[in-house]
Amino acid sequence: MTELNPMELPDSFRDSLRMLERSRRERVAAVRRGESFPLLSLPDRQAWLEEFHPDYRYDQRRRLRIGPSKGEAVPLELAELLESWPRSSTLALLNDDAPQHDIETDVLVIGGGGAGAAAAITAAEAGAHVLIATKLRFGDSNTLMAEGGIQVADQECDSPILHFLDAMGGGHFTNDPELVERLVSDGPEVLRWLEEIGVLFDKYPTGRMMVRHGGGTSRKRLHSAGDVTGLEMMRVIRDQAENDPRISVMNFCAAVELLTDDNGRVSGAVLERLVKKDTVVVRAKAVIVATGGLGRLHLQDFPTSNHYGATADGLVMAYRAGLPLRDLKHSQYHPTGIAFPEQKLGLLITEKFRGLGAQLINRHGDEFVNSLEPRDVTTAAIIRECQEYENGVETPSGGQGIWLDIPMIDLLHGRGTIEREFPGRFTEFLSKGVDLRTMPLLAYPTLHYQNGGVTIHGDGMTDMPGLYAAGEVTGGVHGNNRLMGNALLEILVFGRRAGRSAAEFAKSHGASKGLGLSHLESFMRRLEELNVDRSRTAPVLLPSYGEVKPL
Amino acid sequence: MSQQQSETVTVWYDEEPFQVPAGRTLLVALEEVGIGFIRSIGCRGGVCGACTILYRISSEHELRVGLMCQEQVEEGMRVMPLPYFPQKKARHDLEVDVDESPDYRIRRLYPEVSRCIMCGECTRLCPMEIDVMSYVGMIKSGDLKGAAKESFTCIQCQACALRCPAQISQPNAALISRRLLGRCTIPRAEHLTRTMERMEEPRLQQAFRRVRRMSEDDLRALYQRREREPNEAPPGTWLPENQSLI
Ligand SMILES: Cc1cc2nc3c(=O)[nH]c(=O)nc-3n(C[C@H](O)[C@H](O)[C@H](O)COP(=O)(O)OP(=O)(O)OC[C@H]3O[C@@H](n4cnc5c(N)ncnc54)[C@H](O)[C@@H]3O)c2cc1C
Ligand code: SF4
Ligand code: SF4
Ligand code: FES
Repeated sequence: MTELNPMELPDSFRDSLRMLERSRRERVAAVRRGESFPLLSLPDRQAWLEEFHPDYRYDQRRRLRIGPSKGEAVPLELAELLESWPRSSTLALLNDDAPQHDIETDVLVIGGGGAGAAAAITAAEAGAHVLIATKLRFGDSNTLMAEGGIQVADQECDSPILHFLDAMGGGHFTNDPELVERLVSDGPEVLRWLEEIGVLFDKYPTGRMMVRHGGGTSRKRLHSAGDVTGLEMMRVIRDQAENDPRISVMNFCAAVELLTDDNGRVSGAVLERLVKKDTVVVRAKAVIVATGGLGRLHLQDFPTSNHYGATADGLVMAYRAGLPLRDLKHSQYHPTGIAFPEQKLGLLITEKFRGLGAQLINRHGDEFVNSLEPRDVTTAAIIRECQEYENGVETPSGGQGIWLDIPMIDLLHGRGTIEREFPGRFTEFLSKGVDLRTMPLLAYPTLHYQNGGVTIHGDGMTDMPGLYAAGEVTGGVHGNNRLMGNALLEILVFGRRAGRSAAEFAKSHGASKGLGLSHLESFMRRLEELNVDRSRTAPVLLPSYGEVKPL
Repeated sequence: MSQQQSETVTVWYDEEPFQVPAGRTLLVALEEVGIGFIRSIGCRGGVCGACTILYRISSEHELRVGLMCQEQVEEGMRVMPLPYFPQKKARHDLEVDVDESPDYRIRRLYPEVSRCIMCGECTRLCPMEIDVMSYVGMIKSGDLKGAAKESFTCIQCQACALRCPAQISQPNAALISRRLLGRCTIPRAEHLTRTMERMEEPRLQQAFRRVRRMSEDDLRALYQRREREPNEAPPGTWLPENQSLI
C-alpha cells in the first residue's frame, strides 16, 4: 500500500483503496497505450439515462392540481410545497380586514444574493429607496459559491449572436428567445460595469480578459476571478450596495407571502424575522423576488451544492400569488459532487480533474464508464453503479460514492501537475489532511441548479403589476438546461433590468391602494377541496436537519 | 457501519455540552444531535464565513478560530459562535481625487493600518491561511497589487479583526484595496470597448434580427454548423471562416 496520508480513514475505505491502487498501474499503462473505456452508443446512453438519471424518474414527479400551472409535472418535493397552506404568520393576517404596515419603502427586494443586490443597486441609482430583506446574512447565497466563471461574448471572434446560439442549443431550444437575446446583448455592458466597480477578473498585463471554453460554448467566453469568481463578485456588489445610502438591509428576515391591493397590484410582503421570531409587514410600490434556487429540497434525497437557504421560497410565494412556473421538470445534477471527505459533502469537484485524466473507479478498483461522457450520462452511470450493482463505497455517515482517481493525473502528466493545475483545491484539501497527490476523492452526483422557475418577461416583469423577479428563481432564460457561466450573467442582466423597471414603476404608479391577501382566496379554497392537511405549510425557509425543527 | 459511527465526543456549544458523533464536522455533528441553525450558517462549503467560531480544546491553552462547516469535532472543544461582529466599514463612493493616488485614498479611509504592531495574531487566526499581517503591511506601504493577491481568498469572516490590538478592520481595508486597484490601476479591457462599439453597428444588429426570425429548424442547422474556437488559440487572434455572425 502506498503512503496514504495520516488522516484517519474509515475501515470501509481501506480494502477498496488497496484494490484501487493495485489496478492503477494497469489503468495508467492502458491510457498510455491510447486505450480508453468505450463510449456508450447513443441508444445505450438513452437507455441509461431513462433508467437511472433522476430527471427520468417519472415516479418522482407529479402534475400540479392547483394554480396557474395546473397540469404541469414538477418534482414531488416541489409539488408538495406548491400545494401547501400559508404559514401561520400569514394566516394570522387573514383575519385582519386591513393589515397595517410596519415599514414602508419604494422598492422591496426579497433575497440578498447576486440578483437581489444588482437589482437594489440599479433601483437606487434610478432614485428609489430600496429595502433588501434576506433570509440569512446579505450575500449568503449561491452566488457567492460559484467557482467557474461568467460567460460574456467579448472577444473579436465572438458576438451576442453566437452566444445566443450556444445558449439556445444548450437549452435544447426550449428557452424563451426574447430573454436569451437580452441575456447575451447586455453581457458586455455588465462586464464593463463589473470592471468599473472593481471586480478583479483574471487578466493579461494589458488589461485583456483571460477566457476559457465551458461545456457547450463555441467560443472561449468564460471569465473568472481565480477559482472564487462568485465570492469576488458577491463581495464587491454587496459592498457597492452597502455604500449606497438609499439601500437598507434586513438580515435574518425571510419573506413568506406577497401582499396585493384591491386592483391585484402587488403592494408588499409579509416577512418573518427568524431570530426575533416575529412578523413584519412591508408596504412597497414595487417588489422584486430574487430568492434563488431549490437545492436544499434535496430532490430524491440527493446531496446538493447549494447554500443553506435554497428552499424554493420564491417559487411558493409567486405561484400562490398566481404566477405560472416553467421548465421545472429537469434539474441540473453535477455528476461529481464530493461524497468524502464529508466536510465538503455535495460540493463540486470540477470537471477539469476528469479532463486531465482522473478516472471514475468503483469499490473493486474497476473503471465502469468513460469519464468524459456528458454530464447527464456520467450522472446516470454513477447512480447505476451504486444502486444497480452495489459497487459504491460506503461513507461514514451511510452515503455512497465512487472513487475519482485524482492521483492518476500526476502519473499521466508528471509530478507536480495536480499542484500546478489546482492550486486552490490542492492547498484547501491539504489543510484538511487530504493530499490529492496520493488520495482519491469519493464522488456522487449532486443537485446543482434549478433550470426553470417563475415566468418573466423582458425586463424581469411578471404578469402581476408591481411584481418583478430575477435570477435562479425565474425560468425561461436557460430553457430546460443551463450552460455553465450563464447563471452569473443572468443574475446581473436581469437583476439590473428588474431594478430599473421596478424603480420606474414605483415612480410612475405611486403608492398602492391597500394591503391584502385576497389573491389567496381561491387558492385556499382549492386546498380545502383537495383536503390538503393543514399542517402542510410553506415556504419552509430552512431545511430541517436533525430532529429539532429550526423554527 | 464503520467503527467511527458509534464513537462520540463531547463538545460545548454556546456553553452547553453535547455528545456528538466523532468524525463529523462541527456543523453536521451538532445538527445530528438536534440543533437547527438559523444564524452561524450559510454556504456550508467554507466560502461565506457565516459559521465562524472561536474555540479552545479544554486541555490546551491555544485559542483558535475555525469554520463550523469545515472543522472536525474534537473531544473537549469549547465553541463560541461569531455570527456577526461590529467592524469598521468606511463609507466610500469609489471616487479618487485627481491629485490623489488610490493607495493614499485607502490610507485616508483606514488610517489605522499604520498602527499595526506586527503581532501576527491575525495571520495566526485566519481560517483561510491568509498572511493577514503581510497584506496589512502592503496596504500601509501602498502595494495594493500585493495586498490584493494575498487577500484574494478572504471570506470576510472578521476573525482577524476580532483580536487585532491596533483595532484594524483588515478585511474591509483589503476589500476597498482590491476594488480601487481594479477600478483605477489595472488597465481596462480594450477589446471589450471595441466589442461594445461593434455591437452598435447596423450590420451586426441586422444579422441578429435575421437569426431571431429564423424557423427553429434553421436555427438548429445554424447551431450545428458553428465553428469551435480551438482551445489553444492565442487570445484575440483566431477568427472563424464565416464572419457574418460576428
Ligand atoms: C456551488 C455552485 C457553483 C456555481 N458555479 C457557477 C458558475 O461557475 N457559473 C455560473 O454562471 N453559475 C454558477 N452557479 C449558479 C449560480 O451561482 C446561481 O445560479 C446564481 O448565483 C443565483 O443567484 P441568485 O441571486 O438568483 O440566487 P442566490 O445567489 O442563491 O441568492 C438568493 C438569496 O435569497 C435569499 N432568500 C431565499 N429565500 C428567501 C426568503 N424567503 N426571504 C428572503 N430572502 C430569501 C437567500 O438567502 C439568498 O441570499 C453555481 C452555483 C453553485 C451552488
Ligand atoms: S483575512 Fe480576516 S476576514 Fe479574511 S478570511 Fe482571514 S481572518 Fe477572515
Ligand atoms: S492583529 Fe492587528 S496589529 Fe497584529 S499583526 Fe494583525 S493587523 Fe497588525
Ligand atoms: S457555512 Fe459558509 S463558511 Fe461555513
